[in-house]
Amino acid sequence: MSAIKTDNLVKRYSEVTAVDGVSLEIPEGEVFGLLGPNGAGKTTLISMLATLVKPTSGTALVAGFDINKESLKVRHNIGIVFQEPSVDDLLTARENLYLHSMLYGMPRREINPKIDAMLALVKLGDRADSYVKTFSGGMRRRLEIARGLIHAPRILFLDEPTLGLDPASRKAVWAHIRELKEAHKTTIILTTHYMEEADSLADRIGIIHHGRIIELDTPEALKKKVGQDLVFLTGKIDEKAISALPFVGSVELESSRYKISITDPARNLQALLNAAGRIEEVEVRRVTLDDVFLKFAGQQISEDSGNSGIFERIATVKSTRK
Amino acid sequence: MPSRLLDLMNLNAIYALLLREAKIFFREKERIISILISPLLFLFVMGRGMGSGTSPVEGYTYQQFIFPGILAMVILFTSITYGLYIIWDKRLDFLKEVLAAPISRTTLFIGKSLGGMLGAIIETLILLIIGAFFILPLMSAGQVALCLAVSFPVSYMITNIGLTIGARMKSMEGFGLVMSFLTWPLFFFSGALFDLATAAPYIKIISLFDPVTYAVDIMRVIMLGRGAFTVWADLAAIAAFCLATTILGVTSFGKLQQEK
Repeated sequence: MSAIKTDNLVKRYSEVTAVDGVSLEIPEGEVFGLLGPNGAGKTTLISMLATLVKPTSGTALVAGFDINKESLKVRHNIGIVFQEPSVDDLLTARENLYLHSMLYGMPRREINPKIDAMLALVKLGDRADSYVKTFSGGMRRRLEIARGLIHAPRILFLDEPTLGLDPASRKAVWAHIRELKEAHKTTIILTTHYMEEADSLADRIGIIHHGRIIELDTPEALKKKVGQDLVFLTGKIDEKAISALPFVGSVELESSRYKISITDPARNLQALLNAAGRIEEVEVRRVTLDDVFLKFAGQQISEDSGNSGIFERIATVKSTRK
Repeated sequence: MPSRLLDLMNLNAIYALLLREAKIFFREKERIISILISPLLFLFVMGRGMGSGTSPVEGYTYQQFIFPGILAMVILFTSITYGLYIIWDKRLDFLKEVLAAPISRTTLFIGKSLGGMLGAIIETLILLIIGAFFILPLMSAGQVALCLAVSFPVSYMITNIGLTIGARMKSMEGFGLVMSFLTWPLFFFSGALFDLATAAPYIKIISLFDPVTYAVDIMRVIMLGRGAFTVWADLAAIAAFCLATTILGVTSFGKLQQEK
């Protein structure tokens, strides 16, 4: 059974169509990355799947239940970590988790041990009884993540889970997401506009743009669609020797340096360098999801793409015209 | 179907929601005090300032006459303000957590209503104690208990009105409008400060549609032994308002969606 199956989901607000006919299927146990700039429809799509927003048309099955007709059953099976922290400032960390556990109908005697375990996991054990209003942004987010996980949902929605986190906390959250997938077979739907995050976590990535899924594939396959990885070499290069290598595609001389297209540079770079001769400089340029996004959406994705200034937008238009 | 009823009224969840409101209520002690300020001003400044010779009820001073009305005022202000606070919850996203939880909107609504009642009842109790010492020293424990009992359905219906408006309103700017166009008129037309029996006809007519009228009246019957209606008429009106506001509130909560 698939964890999520949507059928032509549409959400129209008075002026904008936020989600414009999304049909997708996510198998159980998959980490699905939803990638797109701000305003692309990521949060609206997730909100519909989490039964927080009613679709204008279309429907979806989440954990086997219809989001329009069986919203309570859907909500029993999912966990959500919101983009904007929604933990209660006036309560302590423990109280937040306690109330959440009660709302999700967890047996009373299981609640307290579970709270301790979750707080330890997100490294807030020593702040369990502090008011949330004294927490930093990163701590709130970690608490929010603990809250989304405490009732052991089958499907977890993470809306920009690492937005505004410092690098160390971000790595910790990533590690935890991987563990959830491996140990608990939790299906995870993750929205992000960090390429790196989607690349390292997701089994498959859906690129969402103007409310439509415009590409959907594994990160590797998406990158392959865009092109091959490139290696630039300067120095006394033995062009014939490298052209003969099985993993090398084209070799071009481009203003005193050689531009070599290559498959799987992680594994083949050493062999290439051995064959190349005397090298002065090496530059490896791997295809990134940024390139993927640029190609399919005709637009750069970046942290400020949703609210970038007029000059940046002009620059983007210019660069895509080239 | 019993399981369907359990879905609608999840007692554990109601307890959880009430627990949250109770904790927050007792942590914000400034709110408990500040909400009592205007009723106390009415009671001790206007009540005394208007003079004791003008009391519409024989044997009681004007201050004693308006005391039941001021009790209703405390319930009115506490409950409406509490209900409107969910706009704030919406903006700060606390509401999102409960909207996403596997509880029905009816459960959420009842939990919130009970939370509002809790605050209003505690305020009523404080004012009743002040009144028993300074205003109506002859009031019996039985009268105090009856007034407190009446404050349950009264605060319930008024919290419902606040929650219904709060659920439909989008911005906090509407807060002041509701206070000017709803709360104060509800208070002034209720007969809290004058005798409805001798009031101008248009006031009489409007007051019939004001739920607070019946709250003031029943409190006045309990404390002073005299009111504009009978106890049973008051109770029937309060029950009708409780029912109507429950339906309105549950409907509005059913339509609540996450706003971006």
